[in-house]
Amino acid sequence: MRAHRARSFGKVLVLAAVAVGLVGLSAWAQPIKLTVTSRAVRGGVNTQLVQWLEDVVFPAFVAAMRAQGKDVQVEFIQFGGTDEALKQQYALDLSVGRGADILGFDGFWIPEFVEAGLVKPLEWVAGPAVWQWEGWEFIPLGMREILGYRGEVYGIALGTDVRVIFYRRDLFEQAGILQPKVGIHEWQPRTWEELLDTARLIKERLPGVIPLQINAGTDMGEATTMQGWFMVLLGTGIHMYDFDAEKWYGQHPGILEALRFYKTVYIDEKLGDARMQLLPGARARTFEGFRDGKIAMLVEGDWFWRSVIAPGSEWAVPNREEMVGWAKMPAKEPGAGYRGQDFVTISGGTGFILNPNTSHPAEAWALLSFAFSKEMQLEFQRVQPRIRCRVDVPVLGDPAMTAMAEALLPLTTVRPMFPGYPKISYEAQLMTERVVAGLMTPEEAMAAYKDALEAIVGAGNVLIVP
Amino acid sequence: MGFLAPALIFIGVFLLFPFVWVFIISFTNRALTGPGAVSPSFVGLQNYLRLFDLQRWMRPGEFGNALWNTLFFVAGSAVLGQVPLGLGMALVFHRCRRALREAVFTLAIVAWILPGVTVAFTWIAFLDRDFGTLNAILTSLGLGAVDWYFDYPLLAIILFNIWRGTAFSMLLFSAALGTIPPSYWETSEVVGATGWQRFRDVIFPLIRPHVLTALILVTLWTFNVFTPYLITGGGPLFRSETVSMYTYRVAFRFLEFGRGATAAVIIMVINLILAVGYLVSLKRQAVYQ
Repeated sequence: MRAHRARSFGKVLVLAAVAVGLVGLSAWAQPIKLTVTSRAVRGGVNTQLVQWLEDVVFPAFVAAMRAQGKDVQVEFIQFGGTDEALKQQYALDLSVGRGADILGFDGFWIPEFVEAGLVKPLEWVAGPAVWQWEGWEFIPLGMREILGYRGEVYGIALGTDVRVIFYRRDLFEQAGILQPKVGIHEWQPRTWEELLDTARLIKERLPGVIPLQINAGTDMGEATTMQGWFMVLLGTGIHMYDFDAEKWYGQHPGILEALRFYKTVYIDEKLGDARMQLLPGARARTFEGFRDGKIAMLVEGDWFWRSVIAPGSEWAVPNREEMVGWAKMPAKEPGAGYRGQDFVTISGGTGFILNPNTSHPAEAWALLSFAFSKEMQLEFQRVQPRIRCRVDVPVLGDPAMTAMAEALLPLTTVRPMFPGYPKISYEAQLMTERVVAGLMTPEEAMAAYKDALEAIVGAGNVLIVP
Repeated sequence: MGFLAPALIFIGVFLLFPFVWVFIISFTNRALTGPGAVSPSFVGLQNYLRLFDLQRWMRPGEFGNALWNTLFFVAGSAVLGQVPLGLGMALVFHRCRRALREAVFTLAIVAWILPGVTVAFTWIAFLDRDFGTLNAILTSLGLGAVDWYFDYPLLAIILFNIWRGTAFSMLLFSAALGTIPPSYWETSEVVGATGWQRFRDVIFPLIRPHVLTALILVTLWTFNVFTPYLITGGGPLFRSETVSMYTYRVAFRFLEFGRGATAAVIIMVINLILAVGYLVSLKRQAVYQ
């Protein structure tokens, strides 16, 4: 009886061993699956990113890995919601240890995710070997800081951007502002008053056209802060944050001037459409308006040029090069801008980070660094020419993009990279919303902003300049 | 006691634990991102004081504003909308031909059971200022187009919610009417009562307990409903933001769980009061019968 039991026990053991072996073998034979996600949809928002990744990078990477004897599969998960919704998704995914292996990330999210322990430096995820990559030599410090925080690097930026005023040349010609016949091909306002005068002229001569749309309100999220609030505020000579005093401006004549500019545009003279800023889907509404020739001037980032109105996009402006011009955003008066500049702009950047929860850190890093090789980045330039993170990858085949970069990169500044920034940014959006909706005067809106600021960073970190 | 254990465990895990958990984190600065995520700390009553900061209580985007909107939303869509309309429909179709009644009830129920996202999308299209069906009808009748979502966002979601939820009270009242013996109905006809007299003296007294039940249930449900968020997002300018949207915004858009939990606790207390009202009314009803 005992012998029998022992024998059957042995049998079970053998069977178990075989089973474990089979499972192990099948795991061995199964390809490594990597996933990448970002706010991009083929034929929709950021379609160029999907095209580049799915049509060029992934096949080349899979082939390269196969040559090394590794069977790898890569999948891109398209995300069609807003940036804010994606951030929300990431926060929820990462907090439970899930998410795609490589995540498309906006630089200004990094500090709060790092403070929450949700994202980790590249070195932590994939080991010190990441620093042996050839690409670092060509990525300047400034570009590394886009997805960096406190000296650590969390990912690689796709590049940086600048912000300008885009205008419809066809409408400008109809309004007589551009006169190709007498050689007036370009438009460049030098003061806020000149910008407003152009808008007034359009309002008078082209009824039904919205002359000037400056991003405002909370619906657009960060787009309001970057393309709207900063572009106006920097023109008064201040930033949201004083980098020397290490404090936030809570009350300042510059804030009031900027809010009064909004009031002039949206309330007093109705040069812009406040309704459009306040309804859900505000940003897409401005894209549509510009595409359909209903908005004459729109302050936007170069992303607008190279992705939103580019050929093949949902909001493509046919014949973009001839139909759309751009001008630098002037300071209130020449020399009155941030750092005494005549013109102002601000930069941000997005890129890709490694998910600290990835089961295949080495392969994920291999894919990330492969995508940022010179060869692959040059391929990306064919799909979407822009300012890339690698200095050995020039802007190719888009003179307008090159010109924007050359004219504005020397003038640019960045957001303060602190965990509290997104909350403060929201308060700035709310401040513009209250003014353009006519709920508060500029003075009241600034006072409410100051209160909110003090609640977020503490009264000791808020600058009051009467 | 033993046979109650599974139910008690179920209630404990899915009802009591979350309740207690939400109550506890409402006293912390717990967040999903930023320093509050790694080491949340107790902040005492700070979240509650912030929620009831009377200086800005009624400012758009604050809790008081959301509570005020919710009051209008519940009163408009539940008390004045769904319950009377549901009762009316049940009465009108109670004694009419079966086929017609079934057809109408089916349509009303379809509005009730369709997925929220689909319905929200339809309503966005229906009420759009420039391309909406309703404005097309109004314009063709010679009435001007109305900018529903911009000028009357709260009214828009009230209309939506009436359309969406009337089926529930209609079914409830229909069942209640079914309990009235047909002989009452016929007797009232024989003595020559008008429709209004019959309703006032025969039908209403018999279904009064059901009216109260419907009112309280629909109020509870409407108080917590979230689908209107898909239509207006609570905007513009927080004019259609209800307390459930406020909670969602703070907890899941700003990722501040502590503050979100505080709003949730207040909502739970309000719901609790409504639920107690419901239970008391049920008890009275039992006594009455």
